[in-house]
Amino acid sequence: MELIITFIQKAIGQGIAILFGATGEIATEKSGNLNLGIPGIMYMGGISGLMGSFFYELGHQNPSPGVGALIAVVCTLVASALGGLIYSVLTITLRANQNVVGLALTTFGTGFGNFFGGSISKLAGGVGQISVMTTASAFQKKLPGLSELPVIGPVFFSYGFLTYLSIVLSVLMFLFLNRTRMGLNLRAVGEDPATADAAGINVSAYKYAATISGAAIAGLGGLYFVMEYLGGTWTNNGFGDRGWLAIALVILALWNPLSAVWGSIVFGGLYIIYIYIPGLNRAAQELYKMLPYLVTIIVLVITSKRNKEEKQPPASLGSSYFREER
Amino acid sequence: MRMIKRGSISRSKALCIRLAAAVLSLLVCAIVIVAITKQNPLEVYAGIVDGAVGTGRRLWVTIRETIFLLIVAVGLTPAFKMRFWNIGAEGQILMGGAVSAAVMIYLGKSLPNALVILLIFVSSALIGMLWGLIPAYFKARYNTNETLFTLMLNYVAMQIVTFCIVYWENPPGSNTVGVINAANRGGWIPPLFGTYGMCVLLVAAVTVFIAIYMNRSKHGYEIAVVGESQNTARYAGINVKKVIIRTMMLSGAICGFAGALIVSGSSHTISTGTAGGRGFTAIIVAWMSKFNPAIMVIVSLFLAFMQQGAIQIASQFGLNENASDIITGIILFFLIGCEFFVNYRLEVTIKNSPKH
Amino acid sequence: MEEYAIELQGVTKSFGSVLANDHVNLTLKKGEILAILGENGSGKTTLMNMLSGIYFPDEGTIRINGKEVVIRSPRDAFELGIGMVHQHFKLINVFTAAENIILGLEGKNILSRRDMEKEVAEKIRQIAEKYGFDIDPYQKVYNMSVSQKQTVEIIKIIYRGADIFILDEPTAVLTPQETKKLFAVLRNMQEAGKSIIIITHKLNEVLEISDRVAILRKGKSIREIRTSGAVAEFLTEMMFEGKTFLDINRSEPEDRGVRISMEGVSVRAADGVLKLDNVSFKVSAGEILGVAGISGSGQKELVEAIAGLQKAETGKIVYYPPEGEAKLLSSMAPSEISKTGVKLAFVPEDRLGMGLVGSMDLTDNMMLRSYNEGKGFFADRRAPRELAEDVVKKLEVVTPGVNTPVRRLSGGNVQKVLVGREIASSPTVLMVAYPARGLDVSSAYTIYNLLNEQKEAGAAVICVGEDLDVLLELCDRIMVLSGGKLTGIVDARSASKEDIGMLMIGEGMKQ
Repeated sequence: MELIITFIQKAIGQGIAILFGATGEIATEKSGNLNLGIPGIMYMGGISGLMGSFFYELGHQNPSPGVGALIAVVCTLVASALGGLIYSVLTITLRANQNVVGLALTTFGTGFGNFFGGSISKLAGGVGQISVMTTASAFQKKLPGLSELPVIGPVFFSYGFLTYLSIVLSVLMFLFLNRTRMGLNLRAVGEDPATADAAGINVSAYKYAATISGAAIAGLGGLYFVMEYLGGTWTNNGFGDRGWLAIALVILALWNPLSAVWGSIVFGGLYIIYIYIPGLNRAAQELYKMLPYLVTIIVLVITSKRNKEEKQPPASLGSSYFREER
Repeated sequence: MRMIKRGSISRSKALCIRLAAAVLSLLVCAIVIVAITKQNPLEVYAGIVDGAVGTGRRLWVTIRETIFLLIVAVGLTPAFKMRFWNIGAEGQILMGGAVSAAVMIYLGKSLPNALVILLIFVSSALIGMLWGLIPAYFKARYNTNETLFTLMLNYVAMQIVTFCIVYWENPPGSNTVGVINAANRGGWIPPLFGTYGMCVLLVAAVTVFIAIYMNRSKHGYEIAVVGESQNTARYAGINVKKVIIRTMMLSGAICGFAGALIVSGSSHTISTGTAGGRGFTAIIVAWMSKFNPAIMVIVSLFLAFMQQGAIQIASQFGLNENASDIITGIILFFLIGCEFFVNYRLEVTIKNSPKH
Repeated sequence: MEEYAIELQGVTKSFGSVLANDHVNLTLKKGEILAILGENGSGKTTLMNMLSGIYFPDEGTIRINGKEVVIRSPRDAFELGIGMVHQHFKLINVFTAAENIILGLEGKNILSRRDMEKEVAEKIRQIAEKYGFDIDPYQKVYNMSVSQKQTVEIIKIIYRGADIFILDEPTAVLTPQETKKLFAVLRNMQEAGKSIIIITHKLNEVLEISDRVAILRKGKSIREIRTSGAVAEFLTEMMFEGKTFLDINRSEPEDRGVRISMEGVSVRAADGVLKLDNVSFKVSAGEILGVAGISGSGQKELVEAIAGLQKAETGKIVYYPPEGEAKLLSSMAPSEISKTGVKLAFVPEDRLGMGLVGSMDLTDNMMLRSYNEGKGFFADRRAPRELAEDVVKKLEVVTPGVNTPVRRLSGGNVQKVLVGREIASSPTVLMVAYPARGLDVSSAYTIYNLLNEQKEAGAAVICVGEDLDVLLELCDRIMVLSGGKLTGIVDARSASKEDIGMLMIGEGMKQ
């Protein structure tokens, strides 16, 4: 029992960063943009939040956790939205190839994260390891009372606010896409921009808005990892390939944000299942870490084989749109 | 302001736009570097040049990075010309590298070196071929999205390599494989004219082969037709599925071979960083070069030069080497963005209503 | 003074070097139905796209209800009360009818299921009742027939409260019954005070539905006249500037034996719809067999099945060469067909999407069907280059050279390149689909003459066409398809347009 509870906790802990990324990427892909820059954007979001709170804590004698957290969230949103903006300008306005831009952005973003993560203490005058304990404490604060309950407490209430935010955002994203006019318009843009355009929808504006806000949401995944998961520190490449897993999760969830919620926990579980399988040596453990990717590949093949209309990627995914093209 | 698609553009004008973008990107890079290091920008640029070609060793490193990037870009060319989004070069390189390391470890001490190297080349190409075949098969059979499939395969390859590293760990507990066959240099590609001369030769050979293959052979023609329109290809009697699978096997084989060059020609070890993002950067190189191998050489050289220079700057000012990724990113943004101005011209309409 | 809904003056639009509209003037009176008539490529659709905000004019003024306006986007067009039904429907496949109808509209932000029912579906049903439509608001578009999709398009515009309607070739995809229904709806709309522009190239429809006719030729406006005073010949004459349109040399066919026979062939599309239903016929060397039908009646599947591009679900397609053994085509892929030495030439409907590679030059396009000939690893480019130069000279292709990508050529020249390549192999069977679509008159004649030459040289020619007048003058026999079924084969020398029309709608002459 104890073991199962810990496993679920850890799976959720692994899954939340991926869920943020997937929710952001779903919004982006629903507008027809396949943003392969999400992994880089998540790095940018993570390090920016960390840097923001780091300088805040450095400059104050008694930093308040709440202010630190606010600064971290704002810095993250701004930096990752900036990443989304770069992608949008290049692919929407300048009509560059989406995959190429996305990959360049990932190179840039990962470098950005690792560079500042590795050099920030030096740039700040050599204060040693960066650590923002105070701010991180705000991110790691559990729900008082509820988290003390047996079983239910640890499984449902033992997380920081970003965890709940990620789920709320996914639900909101689902409602936005399926229950609002703007969501309907956005989906139309991703399916067939020419049709959306003819219906009077400002295709570029929707693409910009979806891509930039998608990037901002994804960036929170980086922040979650740095603050709640790592407790306010940075290790280079520590975030690993979670950004790519987020893109994989979009496929697993078949572009449905609600499915992404449980999908993220499944992914998180698959990611760490090796710890809970007895008798594995270190080498075999590495092979188990393949599971999320293999599951994604299987889902990808099955959906392409079934070829059901509603379960396909947005029809215009990956291509740019220009009205006066003939 | 309106954007109008250009009917055609003169070569020199297109070149000017691209050069302007390159210069602009260097300028922005300089601003970024100066903002961080607070040094004289001229000194910074001197540092970059020094880092890239300052000593014989650094020059060779720059050449090495150029040819490794180049061969992957060349390997991706057939797939991309076919509009098959092979994002999986990273995994293909890793698999090729892992197999090379395996051959070096298990046979490198007992067989003659030439034979070991031959085995390395063949086996790495075969494993790369397999890694390209899998997504190609599903693309041909069920039209499975290849971008996402190949992307996932990268991480399957990554885990296989991690597995191998733990398995071959040397010394135990180090979580690295260490230099393989440091004593007898079994399976090491021998130097020629200089450290990486042999690799240069091999990459040049592959590049020339692909240039001819794409422009002169029947296969190359088929690839171009399939890439343009599968409907036309079927009309022309081309077996589209066969072409997709064959081309991806070739593409994967070259990327796998690139992994062999990296492991057996340079690092003499295997790690998760063996591919080092080249699989991704090479996509951009191939795309920006419009699949023209000659241009790929120039673009690869430019990127490698700036990367090595940035690494030098970083160490000179005690920053970390990831600065080079930021530099690469900025340069790529500019080079990618400038293509718009090659394809479109802007027209400023002053009045709010159409002209009379 | 009459009130105008639309007044266009000197509207000009070019795409690169192609002038699509050249100082066009046009007026639409309030409450009238105006037909715009013109050949394919005469600039009708481009002109209308400028009214609906898809394109922006280079020059000229647009007045709506007497006021000069600038239409920069489809949204601007809506706000001016202009709605357009495009030839290719602009609907989102995975959405329902209702979702498509409210797409892009302002309104309550949150759409609960109840709001959808109360506000949207209810209003759609009211519109449907008022004008006589038949629609299920919750049906997904990908499950709809063509005419259902068109209904959604029209309701979409009414729903938005437009009072100026533009319909781009609305009847091309409809059966006569559906056309009748559409016209009834249009008259209802006219009675309700709406102004309507209908683009078509079917004269009888122009006479039936419109109050006035505007004629466009080669991007220029020719004239506007009252329909009641116009007779068909007069219109034709204006459209084609006095050229006697139908004067094709037709030689008597010489029966040189059957080349292709189709026996009970059925073809099913990827979505499971039966496109060709148990069709049997023969075509002989030395004749031109026309194929007529409402668009989408199985013409495409018929020729593609012979070319090996569509799999016959049942039945046999057999090829009888002038000498030697008969060959079963229906079991072969296109590559096998050419390998077994069947000289089958095919000019498909989609020229740049199937017959040619737009980004490749003339030389490379010449080798599309023959690149694999000859042994060895390398492709031979010398022979194709000579062929390209030959075609350019013989068919008077206007091109800077044989190294120009074919995408840069005009429609007529593209078709010459394609036909030139296909007949270069001296085929025994030549299939052409809509060979003169979008071509100017003189290019069309070049193509017709080439077909006749091939017939006289002993090829079996199958020609899919849409213009019955041309088919009647060009072909020896005409087979008619309706809903994938063969409804009859008539002698082109004795049949009338009406006979064929009846067969096209699946009536009369049942065998």
